[in-house]
Amino acid sequence: MIQLPCPWCGPRNVTEFRHHGEVVSRPDASSSTPREWRRYLYFRRNAAGWVEENWYHTAGCRRFFRLRRHTVSNENHLVEGAR
Amino acid sequence: MTRWRTQGGGPGAGMRIAQRSGEAIDRTRNLQFSWNGRTYSAHPGDTIVSALAASGERVFSRSFKYHRPRGLLTASFHDPGCMVQVGDEPNVRGAHRLVEQGMRVASQNTWPSLRFDLKAVNQLAGRFMPSGFYYKTFMKPEALWPAYESVLRRFVHAGEIFPDTPHGYHDKRYAHPDVLVAGGGPAGMSAALAAARAGATVMLVEEEYRLGGHLRWEDPATAAAMAEQVRSTEGIEVLCNAAVLGRYDENWMAVVERDRPGAGERLVKARARTLVVAAGLIERPYVFAGNDTPGVMLSTAVRRLVNLYGVRPGHRAVVLTANSSGDAAAEDLRAAGVEVAHVADARAGADVRRVRGRGGVRAVELADGRSVEADLLVTATGWTAPTSLLNMAGDVPVYSPKAARFLPGGRGDDHVLATGGIAGDGTLDELCAHAEAVGTIGAHRALARRHTQLSAVPTRNGAPLSPPSVDDPAVPALAVPEHPELFRSDTHGMVDLSEDVSSKDLYEAVAEGYDSAELAKRYTTATMGPTQGKLETINTIAVIAQATGRSIAETGTTTWRPMYVPVSLGALAGRTFEPVRYSPMHRWHQDQHAQQMVAGQWMRPEHYGDPAAEVRAVRDGVGIIDVTPIGKLDLRGPDVPRLLNLLYVNKWSKLGIGRVRYGVMCAEDGVVLDDGVTGRLDENHYLMSTTSSGAAMVWEWVENWLQTEHPDWQVHVTPVTTGYASINVAGPRSRELVGRLTEGVDLSAEAFGYMQVRTGSVAGVDDCVIWRIGFTGELSYELHVPAGYGLHVWEALLEHGRDLGVAPFGVEAQRILRLEKGHLIVGQDTDGLTKAYSAGLDWAVKLDKDDFVGKPELAWQHEAEDGSRLVGVQPLDPRVVPPEASQILADDGTIAGRITSSRMSPTLNRSICLAQVDKAISVPGTKLTVRLPDEEHIEARVTESLAHVDPEGVRQKIDTPAPGLRPQAPPVARSPIAPGDPVTTAVGWEVGAQHSEAALRQALTLADYTPLAKVAVRAEPDGKLAAGLGTRFGRTARDADASLVVGSGPGEWLVLAGIGEQDKLLTRLRGTAEESAEFTSVIDLTHGRALVRLTGMHASDLLAKVCGVDLSDDFVPDGAAFRTSVAKLVTDVVRADDAGVPSYLLHCERSSGQYLFDALLDAGGEFGIEVDACPTSPTL
Repeated sequence: MIQLPCPWCGPRNVTEFRHHGEVVSRPDASSSTPREWRRYLYFRRNAAGWVEENWYHTAGCRRFFRLRRHTVSNENHLVEGAR
Repeated sequence: MTRWRTQGGGPGAGMRIAQRSGEAIDRTRNLQFSWNGRTYSAHPGDTIVSALAASGERVFSRSFKYHRPRGLLTASFHDPGCMVQVGDEPNVRGAHRLVEQGMRVASQNTWPSLRFDLKAVNQLAGRFMPSGFYYKTFMKPEALWPAYESVLRRFVHAGEIFPDTPHGYHDKRYAHPDVLVAGGGPAGMSAALAAARAGATVMLVEEEYRLGGHLRWEDPATAAAMAEQVRSTEGIEVLCNAAVLGRYDENWMAVVERDRPGAGERLVKARARTLVVAAGLIERPYVFAGNDTPGVMLSTAVRRLVNLYGVRPGHRAVVLTANSSGDAAAEDLRAAGVEVAHVADARAGADVRRVRGRGGVRAVELADGRSVEADLLVTATGWTAPTSLLNMAGDVPVYSPKAARFLPGGRGDDHVLATGGIAGDGTLDELCAHAEAVGTIGAHRALARRHTQLSAVPTRNGAPLSPPSVDDPAVPALAVPEHPELFRSDTHGMVDLSEDVSSKDLYEAVAEGYDSAELAKRYTTATMGPTQGKLETINTIAVIAQATGRSIAETGTTTWRPMYVPVSLGALAGRTFEPVRYSPMHRWHQDQHAQQMVAGQWMRPEHYGDPAAEVRAVRDGVGIIDVTPIGKLDLRGPDVPRLLNLLYVNKWSKLGIGRVRYGVMCAEDGVVLDDGVTGRLDENHYLMSTTSSGAAMVWEWVENWLQTEHPDWQVHVTPVTTGYASINVAGPRSRELVGRLTEGVDLSAEAFGYMQVRTGSVAGVDDCVIWRIGFTGELSYELHVPAGYGLHVWEALLEHGRDLGVAPFGVEAQRILRLEKGHLIVGQDTDGLTKAYSAGLDWAVKLDKDDFVGKPELAWQHEAEDGSRLVGVQPLDPRVVPPEASQILADDGTIAGRITSSRMSPTLNRSICLAQVDKAISVPGTKLTVRLPDEEHIEARVTESLAHVDPEGVRQKIDTPAPGLRPQAPPVARSPIAPGDPVTTAVGWEVGAQHSEAALRQALTLADYTPLAKVAVRAEPDGKLAAGLGTRFGRTARDADASLVVGSGPGEWLVLAGIGEQDKLLTRLRGTAEESAEFTSVIDLTHGRALVRLTGMHASDLLAKVCGVDLSDDFVPDGAAFRTSVAKLVTDVVRADDAGVPSYLLHCERSSGQYLFDALLDAGGEFGIEVDACPTSPTL
């Protein structure tokens, strides 16, 4: 079971957190075409390698933060300015 | 030639020899136990098998497939022929388990007896049971499978289980050692000592009952001295009769402790900063014809029997030796009075071809053709390095032909190190020197890791951190071991004794095309038995290599996976941690024998015996329902309207104070997420309600949008779901009832209209929130009462409403009532694809609003007019109630919809439904065909509106006058934790009065502190108010008036004070907040949190059983505050030592208080925990 480095609480077991998916930028809802919008809803890079993700510390400080994680080795570290 | 007996010496047949120094048995005492019905004697320290061997027994089991007689091979835990049944416990390792007085031991899977096992007929059928026969036989005809099963069941290996065996008690604990050393031999002990000297905390895990490893027979005095040194060194926790089961990510280790008094196995989940693997070497058997005959054993088996248990292993022996262990075993045999008839030195080319004898060795045939009469053949042909923990850490072992074994590859993790025999060869001093260096380096790396972790936690008290040492010692090189490659003689024999796989089977598998290690393993099941490859992997690979003409290195090895040794399911399961939430009125529902249902984690009353009668009571008079699980979020700040506009599909900018609106939340794909009513209590103060199952999800949803998309918005969100007991009073007479109890609110129809909210006093309880809303369609008031007073108000309603015919109603009745009114339930009438226009919510979606969540998809759905429609449906036959999820068919028989809700309506005396149907058949009046689960078809029609009862909504419009307030009994507040006897009252709270003297002894106590005043403060983490509060996230401080200020989150504080102090505290804190002129919120959580105090010497030991956070003094010093999962419940923990005695305050959402209390008492059982009273003084 891996640990994640919560920027507020320090390292904790991954079971304390909820994964909120790859960081994606939200398109402008007023000018987006259906195709663009659905790319935002459903398409993800899903790389075998480094990804940037949102995590939520449900059993701790209840803050969202960004993490960079290698999806094959699970090596991970905070993104600068994560707090 | 001496006559000797090979089998069944019987009790006292005298294979015991004179006392040896360092032996494991206590000859001054005797124990009696039974084996297959006969009584035998033993000494304390004997294993089952050593005691039986001392009595001359040689056969202990029958093998898996062929039921061949099996005896002692390794005399260790892994001995494949020594699995026995002890009482009701099957598969006991007889060569490891110690004898206890009165033990009843039996052989497994033998019939009618061990000696004469009829199932040995399998040997005759052996030619029809080659490897892989599982895949080829007993397949057809399928109709005969039950017959095959009943026959095969009798031949299944492994013991017996008894269904009425009492449940074992298995708990777990967490550990955070700096260094975990796997293996308690000389290398392991040296590494542990060195690590402890370097300042690390050490956990030393040893499989056997005592430390020492092979030194116990090679050099017992040194073994004892080292063990003594380990035991007397501070900072080393020794676990004997325990095993490291596996190494997972980042040194997350599973360790099983076996010797738990009164319990079975216990799992220790250890997060080790560094792992040192000192697992030693395991001796492997030699493959030749008859190598599984009782009387064939390894040199280490002989050395154990003679030196640890004082047992002569036989009368006349042949020794095949290729190393010093074999040579020493020959010496041990002579010292034990065994005639060593011949020593075959494999280093000089000698070899053994075959053993003759059925049921026991009678003669040994050597390679040079000679045959030697003997009853014992000892082999010492090589060692296997148990590298599995290293492999689990990513190391790939490398085969060394020079060493005739696999060696650690040296890759893998920086924090996983190997030492001792597993890493190389050397004298005892050389191995210990290597281990000391490795142990020191392991400690340095662990402490460096600890330093990094300490720098990241907010709970430290500011003491300076000492930087870790970087002064690593040089690691002396260990010689590469040298050993002749000896795997198989020139005959075929057993390779896997657990699975009855012979080298011939492997050759045949290769011939059939299963020519890789992985394929051959799975096809033959070699290495897949209870020993999991420890004794057989190398021989298996060597034979496959021979059969394929490749080298061992080329053949490679199979993957080592957890678990290293078998572990009971009970140990893995541990205690059942399933948080349960109870409403404050739960005990009342239970006393009324309400039919309980589990909804999410809540226990809810489904009905009180007759849901239809409950429906009628509500429509005719007045009913009350406990709706405490409804999600409630307290929203404060100037930007709340922006938040509501963003997350709800309708408009919220102009909601006046005291007004309520129904809101629907959709996700970004337009799918309906949740619904509820939100009311405005004050200028910048709103209360949002959600569905009960959606409460947690909506809170996280709201926080997500605020934290990640709009961190600039000034909104504070505080969950108060469990802080209020919620009671819905519904029915034409509800105003009359509520009026009798309410003070400070004008309940008349003109003053308090539909969809409005007020605050006032109910049944003498201040600060209640009263909503006029209507899920049931009747005139109704929903009372939100500070939770501690929930039962008081509930009972007051029943008392004062008696003449009005008040009756409680449950979840089922509410479901019927709302269905009669056509009100949807999100998740029941909608699913994961239902967008708002398919849920009858057209009227709610305001597409002319600015961007809100779901807008683009909803706009496209509206344009395209696609998707299904939610309609009301009534079957033509009013008596038929179609089951929910029944399909609705189009004319051509395809599925065109489904029934989503369906009940018999007591009000209309006919069945009523809601359904999702294709747009084409959604017009009112349309005839529908509904297909019932039994395939019968019924007719139904689409109704004019969703509401079956009172579609115009006139029942709401009752304007009976509100009665005057009646005298109320003084309110009593209650904790969610049931007080034990005796019960008393303090400052209006019902509390338990039992005092425990345990506190005087520093023994463990648990006290319910729930009645204490608790006020939450939200503000900028680094602002003026934060400075005034005097502490930051992770720490606590005492206020001027002795209240405890806890930094419970970033920008979040909880201030604790004595019972009854909340008004004073609120006033003071609100004043300070106003002065700061920042955006702040001050919220009374006295009723929203359950609070307990755990005090005593073993407080952190208890917490380590339910909480995975490192609780050591530098991570969690006195005054630390953190939040984590305790027994699977999100809990705040505050360390607040009491006059030097360790003490922790724990608080959680109120409704889980009883669960938390019970979980802590259960975990504290082993420490003799006692319940103590709640403190009733006004100062904390």
